[in-house]
Amino acid sequence: MGKNTAHRAQESYRSEEVSAEQIAMMRDEMLRFSILQLRDSALAEDAVHEAIIAALSLGKYTGRGSLKSWVYAILRNKIIDVIRQRSRHPAEIFVEDDDMGLDDQFKKDGSWKKTQKPADWGHPETVLANEQFWRIFATCLNDLPKNTARVFMMREHLGLELKEVCKELDISDSNAWVIMHRARMQLRKCLEMNYMQGELL
Amino acid sequence: MKCKQATQLMSQSQDRDLTLKEKIQLKLHLLMCDGCTHCNRQMSIIRAAVKELGDRK
Ligand SMILES: [Zn+2]
Repeated sequence: MGKNTAHRAQESYRSEEVSAEQIAMMRDEMLRFSILQLRDSALAEDAVHEAIIAALSLGKYTGRGSLKSWVYAILRNKIIDVIRQRSRHPAEIFVEDDDMGLDDQFKKDGSWKKTQKPADWGHPETVLANEQFWRIFATCLNDLPKNTARVFMMREHLGLELKEVCKELDISDSNAWVIMHRARMQLRKCLEMNYMQGELL
Repeated sequence: MKCKQATQLMSQSQDRDLTLKEKIQLKLHLLMCDGCTHCNRQMSIIRAAVKELGDRK
């Protein structure tokens, strides 16, 4: 938590001019963030442009959080708009990704394989304060198959109810549960292999 | 219940309300299984991390 004190001062901003330079500096990162959720670089770029235009036309940034979280809140809304527009004019039918070797984590009888048994990652706050964790987490998210990632991000990052995700993508509840489960299990495995084993064990 | 099913239930508990029977089965399994207890905690960490994306720094 100590690392937060450095930008405490920034958090007390209430109303601040937004400059094009500030936003331009965030552009690449916004684009990566947007691609992660839309998995389509043209649409992702549109969402980022619209968010930048919206931020600049508001001209002033107001709020409790950082400028960055204000800009990202705008971007998230644009991404949700894109998702909703896309589902109204579906260009492609949603295809479920394969199971990504989820079953490799278990023995035939359904218990954990010795090598796959989840380890203790330690205190959530400690994990979430670790820069290395975030770097690996970004890689692991990028490695999720496209459609799995879309469902997972709509639900977990954009905060849509699973019902709405199902409606937008025209999939059943049970499909969605399976997809969410695979996403979580793959992320878990990826994090454990790349971060935890090197860092903690 | 085996670990594989237990992980399905812990994942679904983030997306829907489990039935009373499912909750009890899961709880009993977690009481005697380290691996699944860790997995359950890992899923909460992952959930918190995804929410925080884009809000850091
Ligand atoms: Zn277990």
